[in-house]
Amino acid sequence: MRVLMFGWEFPPHIAGGLGTACYGIVKGLAYNGVETIFVMPSASGDEDGSVAKIINASDVAVDTVSETVDDFLDKVRFVHIGSNMIPYADPEEFSSIVEDERKRQVKDFRISYGQKFKFSGKYGANLLEEVARYAMVGGTIALQHKDEFDVIHAHDWLTYYAGIAAHELTGKPLVVHVHATSFDRGSADNIDTRVFAIEKRGMAAADKVVAVSDLTRNICINKYGVPPEKVVTVHNAVDFSGRENLVVERGVKEKVVTFLGRITFQKGPEYFIEAAAKVLKRTKNVRFVMAGSGDMMNRAIRQVARLGISDRFHFTGFLRGADVQKMFALSDVYIMPSVSEPFGISPLEAMRTGVPSIISHQSGAAEVLKYAFKVDFWDVDAMANDIYALLNYPALASFAAKEGYDEVNDLKWNGATAKLKKVYESVIG
Amino acid sequence: MKKSICLYFQVHQPTRLRQYRFFDIGKDSHYYDDFANRSILRRIATKCYLPMNQLLLSQIEKSGGKFKVAFSISGSAMDQFERYAPDVVDSFRALAATGCVEFLAETYYHSLASLASPSEFEHQVLKHKAAVERLFGVTPKAFRNTELIYSNDIGKAVGKLGFKTMLTEGARHIMGWRSPNFIYSGETARSMKLLLRNAPLSDDIAFRFSNRSWEGWPLTADKYLGWIKEGLKDDDILNLFMDYETFGEHQSADSGIFDFMAALPGAVIADGTFEFVTPSEAASKHKSVSSLDVPDAISWADEERDLSAWLGNELQQEAYNKVYAMTEKLSIVNDEELWADFGHLQESDHFYYMCTKFFSDGEVHKYFNPYDTPYEAFINYMNVLSDFQIRLDEKRAALDVKEQVVKEQKAVKKKK
Repeated sequence: MRVLMFGWEFPPHIAGGLGTACYGIVKGLAYNGVETIFVMPSASGDEDGSVAKIINASDVAVDTVSETVDDFLDKVRFVHIGSNMIPYADPEEFSSIVEDERKRQVKDFRISYGQKFKFSGKYGANLLEEVARYAMVGGTIALQHKDEFDVIHAHDWLTYYAGIAAHELTGKPLVVHVHATSFDRGSADNIDTRVFAIEKRGMAAADKVVAVSDLTRNICINKYGVPPEKVVTVHNAVDFSGRENLVVERGVKEKVVTFLGRITFQKGPEYFIEAAAKVLKRTKNVRFVMAGSGDMMNRAIRQVARLGISDRFHFTGFLRGADVQKMFALSDVYIMPSVSEPFGISPLEAMRTGVPSIISHQSGAAEVLKYAFKVDFWDVDAMANDIYALLNYPALASFAAKEGYDEVNDLKWNGATAKLKKVYESVIG
Repeated sequence: MKKSICLYFQVHQPTRLRQYRFFDIGKDSHYYDDFANRSILRRIATKCYLPMNQLLLSQIEKSGGKFKVAFSISGSAMDQFERYAPDVVDSFRALAATGCVEFLAETYYHSLASLASPSEFEHQVLKHKAAVERLFGVTPKAFRNTELIYSNDIGKAVGKLGFKTMLTEGARHIMGWRSPNFIYSGETARSMKLLLRNAPLSDDIAFRFSNRSWEGWPLTADKYLGWIKEGLKDDDILNLFMDYETFGEHQSADSGIFDFMAALPGAVIADGTFEFVTPSEAASKHKSVSSLDVPDAISWADEERDLSAWLGNELQQEAYNKVYAMTEKLSIVNDEELWADFGHLQESDHFYYMCTKFFSDGEVHKYFNPYDTPYEAFINYMNVLSDFQIRLDEKRAALDVKEQVVKEQKAVKKKK
């Protein structure tokens, strides 16, 4: 079986977790006998080509291999470059706007026809334009390699248009993979409607939708209107091969409880701070660390000051690379109180380091981790209670560390991708 | 000589702990979920204890005293009956008055004291015996340990307390080729007679009765009688041991379990191959065929039939060690309120809730467990125990101060 996969990034150059997940998936698929052509907007050449054939979209000129220009355009017409928010237009006005837009697109296409486009492959200001261009190039790549794959697989909204273009032009089945949704990025009444529209379109066009957790699956069904039978949960895994745990020297004698992630609404930083204050009322032998940065950081610092616990609550700012590993190694308890988390890899990292983890029921990881402690994100009393117990009952901490370590080592991509292969088989028919 | 059927029912209700957060430690020393304990007890009284007691009573009367059963009622359950369901006490008393019902001795708190502390074990057995005498007017002569836990050492300790008959599990890894359908004797205490549970035939009633995908379904008294006659062709005694809550609670009334139990005594008596006996009657009626060597403790729980349901993981062992480590200090302090809490904290159920055997026996464990996870069970228990430890330490310290004052007063007197 062969798959044409559209991603946005791939190790070693990654900004988010998507690249790491794609690498694990591609490797796991290879183990399960599935060959992958992996398309990404901007490859550097040092990607691991042993697990997949990597195609750099920046190297490919938009052209039509077998279709006429009009036909090609007809199929990728939905690609709107730029904003298309038209609030109060009457029908006549609307159709004229649409016609203008179409003409502009044709013109735009004629200009870019035969040209290469240098993608940044990042998450910059012209992201939507890159997404649209990626679709054009993606369609071209799909036509060029038409006989080399059986199924198309697109990861997250950035690649959905590319997936749809490939699907429309080749007629091969499409699987879209939902790693996160707009509802995990903003609060329910504050989502990016343009991104939402792309997500909805991708899920509608797909033959099967893969969600990283039941939590995300429910969002696909309830918020995007995908029929339940079309969405399959394939839980994320993690690749720890070759990982050695760091040995670090500790500077403080107190126990350390750590939050590590973006300091944003979705990650629930304020609940962690409240729980910390409750624990500190009863025991002094502990320090709390909030590692990361984000738009709620200043608010978090103020909250800590207001509660009068600044001497025991520390902010590290954004951590990268080895510092992340070091932070885990320095911790006694890890906490992820996310309000909404499609999956959440960080507790797996912590448990791999032998750190007992408390995670919210509102995270996808809670569906697979038996040996993590689970609380509702808003239940700061329960959170504080678990933290206190892990600090004060050594048998509990050592049991959770040992069992957790074994558990996360067993969560392998080979198993997850075997499920994915079944999904492919179901759409190839 | 007729073959024997010995029916014994276990009656126990745990004293469930309330949600006890670390904020409460040192501040609030009420540990129990009174609402849950009361409402669960009332529900089971209505669905099981009252109707089943009534059924047994009428069967005994109808049989002219030929139908006999035995009960073991834990002290924790008796406490709850007295507090929440005195009508249940009355109905057990009526059964006791027939003379056809034997009441067994056990540890008052349905505890693991037999494994942990000889003195605590003796204390609880005697306390239980006294409570049975007070409530039901009969003196227990036969013994059954918590969850049928038994070993050579336990047999010896029980013998020392004056019991000559004991009930346990016919665990396959102990029995090997031998049949549980005979009376055995203890390895070190040869005068102790052992009655062994027949697991498959007990579980046909207790676990499988309402299972429609079971090939034996629907089970009728005649069908069952056919099985036991076939199964015990060359054997002496059939020991059917099960939780009393089987009737009406685990197997609901509409499964037909009550009809089955109303038909069974008559069918057995009319057939004439078997007669009903109580455990003590069985022990004097049948000779022991051989001794049974049980170096490591067995029980009737789970597939393993060992202690792993209560002491299988580090959390359970830690909690168990911590609570029993207090025994000595407690006997010095000797405070009634602390003794009572100490007893309830020993109930084996608390350790059962911390079990991490999720898979093989997970279903059974889940059914009996008020906690979502073993972690919650452990944390809640340890929080309660932390508070208990503080109270114990405070009382102990107060005692020291008192002794010190007495000493000083004596010293002052001498000087004078």
